[in-house]
This record gives sequence, structure tokens and C-alpha cells, in this order.
Amino acid sequence: MASEARANVVNPLINNNPIMLQVLGICSALAVTTNMMAALMMSIALTAVITFSSLFISMIRHHIPTNIRIIVQMTIIASLVIIVDQLLKAFAYDASKQLSVFVGLIITNCIVLGRAEAYAMKNPPMMSMLDGLGNGLGYSLLLMAVAFFRELLGSGSVFGYQVLAVANEGGWYVPNGMMLLPPSAFFVIGLMIWAVRSWKPEQVEKPEYQIHQVHRTETL
Amino acid sequence: MEHYLSLFIRSIFVENLALAFFLGMCTFLAVSKKIETALGLGIAVIVIQAITVPLNNLIYEYLLRDGALAWAGMPDVDLSFLGLISYIGVIAAMVQIIEMAMDKYTPALYNALGIFLPLITVNCAILGGTLFMVERDYNLAESAVFGVGSGLGWALAITAIAGIREKLKYSDVPDGLQGLGITFITTGLMALGFMAFSGIQL
Repeated sequence: MASEARANVVNPLINNNPIMLQVLGICSALAVTTNMMAALMMSIALTAVITFSSLFISMIRHHIPTNIRIIVQMTIIASLVIIVDQLLKAFAYDASKQLSVFVGLIITNCIVLGRAEAYAMKNPPMMSMLDGLGNGLGYSLLLMAVAFFRELLGSGSVFGYQVLAVANEGGWYVPNGMMLLPPSAFFVIGLMIWAVRSWKPEQVEKPEYQIHQVHRTETL
Repeated sequence: MEHYLSLFIRSIFVENLALAFFLGMCTFLAVSKKIETALGLGIAVIVIQAITVPLNNLIYEYLLRDGALAWAGMPDVDLSFLGLISYIGVIAAMVQIIEMAMDKYTPALYNALGIFLPLITVNCAILGGTLFMVERDYNLAESAVFGVGSGLGWALAITAIAGIREKLKYSDVPDGLQGLGITFITTGLMALGFMAFSGIQL
């Protein structure tokens, strides 16, 4: 029991990361990662929503009719997102302006619905809550890592504190403007996937089409 | 007229939902292995987007926004916090209705789209389009143009990446990048290409 609970929280961090392996929740992962503060806000918001949505959906899982379950799940998730959105507007107005539509888009974030469908509908509430928490943390980990690289290389700072002295203020570091633009997020995540898969080769996907390997026969 | 044309072009190319705002990425990466399926999904997104954005605009304008209920004699009511749940409700209902209508009147198209229709409910591009419409305060005509244009832009992007991926499977990709990794990097390069459109004013 305890080990299962631990596995639920720890596994999604690296071994079964929702973004890198399950291909879920990428939509918002990229747009809010130009600076670490926004990414942190987004991570906290998403982790809160997924933890509680898994808990609540799992609590009423025996009462949800199968053919309208998506609507029921959507309603629960949407209500939680509204709460988070209102809290952000009340206590962190600047952050909520910066995240703009992406807080609302947590509703359609595939991680939340994906975990509700795949885990919370079949398992008891406590376990589902931990599974939600683990997946939320896995998402947060990747989001923070991407935001770290983009903010450090793009504007030479971490959490808004200047770390690298920027050239136009008399320092030595010439900021890479591309890191602040949308495409760089794809490159950073692509390269991170490459790094993680070189570290854990069992995650590598099988190629769909085998290239004719004439010159490599001796190594096979 | 020029205003609408400019908005249309901008929502297709400059502010492409998939490549500039990363919306609908889950489906974008998951359903882009074949051109036909990508095209089918793209058409479904255009249809749903063209209907839901103006519809949500009407709901926002006449039911939810601050003072919108003045026609019902309640000028002080502000229901805008109910926005998210109403929009997603409208989208889910619309998808369901379109699914049933297509099943009855155009079974060929219905069969071609198959499971992608219900999946559209959770496509962030649809909800994203509506939320951008609210944030930017479009009126009804503008939101109709924006709905069609943004849907068209998304369809264009997913068809293009499907075309690239069909060729990509014959190339020798490093093991660690196989599949998802190389798709990310390809999408990044496409997004760079689309950035060439930025700054175009009509």
C-alpha cells in the first residue's frame, strides 16, 4: 500500500513523465515558459487542479453513468479551474494577467482529463489523489526546467534576478533573443527528451520504418 | 472590409493557434502521422471553431459580461466568472450536436472523421479561440472571422506537419530523438518559418 502510494507520486517525475512520455498537456507547457515566475504559477495552479479533480472524480466514480462521464468530469474540472482563476485574480493579479488565457486552458489540459479517465475512474480516492499529485509534479518539473533554460539564456536571469551580466548593461553576456520566442520551447523540450532518453534507453520509441542497414551488419 | 481581411490573414498566419500559441498541441502531435487523418481533423476543427466562437461571443455579450443582463432588467449583474464553465459546456454540446447531425446527413464525412470528433471537445485550440475572443473583445462579425481564420490556420499547420512526418519516417533519426523528440524539433522549425509572417500589416 505504502509502496504503491510512493510509486504513484514518484513514477510520473522521470520514468513516466506526462509530457515526455505520455504526450499529454503540452499545450500550455510551452507558452508560459518564457520566465520562471509564470511557469511556477502555472505549475502550482495545474497541480492543485489535477490533485483535487482526481480526488473528487474518484469519490463519485461509482455514480457517474459511463456515457456522460466526459461532461461530468469536465464540469468538475471547470469548477476547480474557476476557483483557481478567481483566486489568482484576487491575490496575484499581475501573474494572472501574464498567464492570460492559459489558466482557463487548464480545463482542456489533457493531463487532467487523461488522469481522470485512466486512473481516477478505476481507483480509490486517496490513491487517485496521489496519482494526480505525482503527475502534476512531473508536469511542474518539466515546466520549471524548460523555463530555467529559456529565462537564463534568453534574458540572463533566474526568477527575475540577473545572473549573467547582460551586454547592453555593460556585462559580457549577449542574450539569445530566440529563447524568448515560441519556437525555442520546442527545441528545448526536444533536446530534453533526447537527453532523458539517452539516460534511460528503455524509453526510446521503435522506429516505424527500418532503414536498410547494409553497412552496419557487423555491429548488429 | 479591410479590417476583417486583415484579421482573417492575421489569425491564419501571424497568430497561428498551433505554432504561435501552442494550442491543441496534444492532438497536433498525436494525430499527425498520416495526411488524410490530419486533414479530416483539420476540417472538423474549422467547422467547430466557426460555430462555437461566434456562439460563445453571443453568450458572453448578452448573458455573462458586466451589465449584459440589462435587457432582463438586471443591469448590476456580472456573471463573467461563469465564463469558463459555459464556454466548455457550449463546446461539448456543439460537438455532440454536430456529431449527430453529421451521422444523419453526411455519413461519409462522419465515418471519415470517426473518433476525432468527440476528441475535439478537449482540443485546447477550440477553447483557446473562445478565450482569445473574450480577451480581445471582438464583436460578433469579428469573432466569426476570427473563428474561421484560426480554425483554418490550425488545419493548415497540422496538415503540413503530417506531410513532413510522412517523409520523416524514412530518414535516419538518432535513437533518442526517435518519434516524439524529432517531432518537437520539426514543429519548432515550422514555428520559426511561420514567424516570418509576423509584422505583416494589411
